[in-house]
Amino acid sequence: MSNDTQLSLHVPEPSSRPGDKPDFSHIEVPAAGIVRKPNIDCSPASIRDLAFDMIRVLDDKGTAVGEWAPEVDDAFLLKGLQVMLKTRLFDDRLFMSQRQGKTSIYVQCRGEEAIACAQRMALSKGDMCFPTYRQQGLLIAQDFPMVDMINQIYSNSKDKLAGRSLPFFYSERDYGFFSISGNLGTQFMQSVGWAMASAIKGDSKVASGWIGDGSTAESDFHAALVFASTYKPPVVLNVVNNQWAISTFQGIACGDSANFACRGHGFNIPSLRVDGNDFLAVYAVSKWAIERARKNLGPTLIEWVTYRAAAHTTSDDPTKYRPADEAEHWPLGDPIERLKDHLIVKGIWDEEQHQALTKQLKAEVKAAAKEAESYGTLGKGQLPATSEMFNHVYKEMPAHLRKQRQEAGV
Amino acid sequence: MSNREAETETKNMNMIEAIRDALDVKMAQDDNVVVFGEDVGYFGGVFRATEGLQAKYGKSRCFDAPISELGIIGAAIGMGAYGLRPVPEIQFADYILPAYDQIASEAARLRYRSSGEFIAPITIRAPTGGGIYGGQTHSQSPEALFTHVAGLKTVIPSNPYDAKGLLISSIEDDDPVIFLEPKRLYNGPFDGHHDKPVTPWSEHQASEVPEGHYTVPLGKAAIAREGTDVTILAYGTMVHVAKCAAEETGIDAEVIDLRTLLPLDEETIENSVKKTGRCIVVHEATKTSGFGAELIAVVQELCMYHLEAPIIRVTGWDTPYPHAQEWDYFPGPGRVGDALRKVMGE
Repeated sequence: MSNDTQLSLHVPEPSSRPGDKPDFSHIEVPAAGIVRKPNIDCSPASIRDLAFDMIRVLDDKGTAVGEWAPEVDDAFLLKGLQVMLKTRLFDDRLFMSQRQGKTSIYVQCRGEEAIACAQRMALSKGDMCFPTYRQQGLLIAQDFPMVDMINQIYSNSKDKLAGRSLPFFYSERDYGFFSISGNLGTQFMQSVGWAMASAIKGDSKVASGWIGDGSTAESDFHAALVFASTYKPPVVLNVVNNQWAISTFQGIACGDSANFACRGHGFNIPSLRVDGNDFLAVYAVSKWAIERARKNLGPTLIEWVTYRAAAHTTSDDPTKYRPADEAEHWPLGDPIERLKDHLIVKGIWDEEQHQALTKQLKAEVKAAAKEAESYGTLGKGQLPATSEMFNHVYKEMPAHLRKQRQEAGV
Repeated sequence: MSNREAETETKNMNMIEAIRDALDVKMAQDDNVVVFGEDVGYFGGVFRATEGLQAKYGKSRCFDAPISELGIIGAAIGMGAYGLRPVPEIQFADYILPAYDQIASEAARLRYRSSGEFIAPITIRAPTGGGIYGGQTHSQSPEALFTHVAGLKTVIPSNPYDAKGLLISSIEDDDPVIFLEPKRLYNGPFDGHHDKPVTPWSEHQASEVPEGHYTVPLGKAAIAREGTDVTILAYGTMVHVAKCAAEETGIDAEVIDLRTLLPLDEETIENSVKKTGRCIVVHEATKTSGFGAELIAVVQELCMYHLEAPIIRVTGWDTPYPHAQEWDYFPGPGRVGDALRKVMGE
């Protein structure tokens, strides 16, 4: 007995805490362009190494290199830059609005703009995304009216969801944006079900499921992979590894012991690990996975390696659990800056044009926010009707709810 | 109570056959109806409720699922969002809990949170109830876990005729329905007399089931036995137990088979209790915070000045469902009879 090892519990710790020098030495960043691009009908087993590598297209000089460099025209690249920038400026504005008390909470996606924007640009109309609350880029990339988004965030008189939902829990069926839920992971499984339906009906539409690094620990993640592997429906399963789940680093979701992409291989699902701050890599890999799905070749799991540059939400203070300057040391840089550099290298963009675009988009966002404000902000001005509280619980209001509505005097 | 499309031929069916027939009718009528769950496809279900459906409609309409309740219901929600009308099966209601998040947080609220943009027109079938030596995990009656969730409908049939008509209504309903099937009643009515041989459904009037399409409306109770002395509110297996207790005690009880627990048919309950002035509530589920508490609250609210005695509950005990003590747990006609005599002041 005395020779027994005394057991101890392993509780992973992030590489740095407040006051420490940020340390990302554990993130291996391969050179851009070196990872091969397999055929879309490749067997999952033949690309196992890609789950442990990192697909990157834009190199440090801003040049697109390697087999994954997509063939896209200048207008497409400029559009990508424009929607990512718009997403960030939208976030900046709504962050400020929350601080001004115009809404109760807001969530930014700073640093992750490339992932949602580029994948949306690779999808087609009719495809359905099952987003988390950090994929606002899916709407903005489609030029979705910002006023409508802000009306929802303000829960005002023009909020389509009539004040029933938390801010930024959008629902936009016509834009392929499934209703957001507060319960983590649930939509990942539902995206697989939607894709199964598309396959059952012999349709050509694909689903795109989204989950964060932390939520991969939810049972829904496992169920989604089982069903995706079993029925091979047309779904792209996106894991956005932004390193943080509120205050919890990705190692607590066992991201240190094994990355998130490699989990797909236990299910024989082709799985790729990609530089999430590289707009061109995100677009190229999304396109590859979407094409696979559309050709009935089944699901793909993608880990997007990125960094949550802002606080978790407006209710969170990240300086309490990570170095204040950690984002500046993130080895994959900033997605907007990197695409901008690429456009400048290509000779189709310059600093002056970038400033002008920033100014123009800021003005657009400001105008949208002002217009939304004219319809009310949370608790001020016109609100959604109180009676809306009782609507849409069921298709038709049952007697007991009619009674309660009368009791509430609305 | 029924909405028959036309006078059709009837066929003698037990409850399993009636349920299978309802699925067959809807699958034939509507390409968007899909049936899946554990062992539901090739094998036809552990209770035979889906037998022959895969052979008739193909593997993309009726198929086996991995053993993942959350996966089954999560997939159904995604299919519903696409536009299908899924009828997933949970093998035993005891095993529905891994899917509770998908049911209560997602299916129940999808319409509300999206202002009707996305809906969950799903019917979740699950065998429920005890009286079969099922022990702790093959006997539970979890209906109160669902009646407490806004956005869900909860349905429990007590005979083949209702089972088919209510299941067709549930599948056609655009809201998510929890359809609990008392497995004790699958092959024949059961009045709690475990010591006597059980008669098959074929000797019971409600086993004459019309062929083809008909519906029994959701939210409407049925009077299973007319009476004047006391109202018994019951559902599922307990409808038969309650009728038996009335006969054995000679107390002229009116037995109401609720059929749908939510939305509840308050009108039928109110009319009956106002007529009889007395009420007892019977269910297999555990007592504390069970659906009976809701029923008592409703009766008290609607019928206070007509009540001549306190409302009594006869339920399962507040314990997990035991194995060896099956008949001491199950609220049989003896216990219901005692309650009838007590409420009558005998």
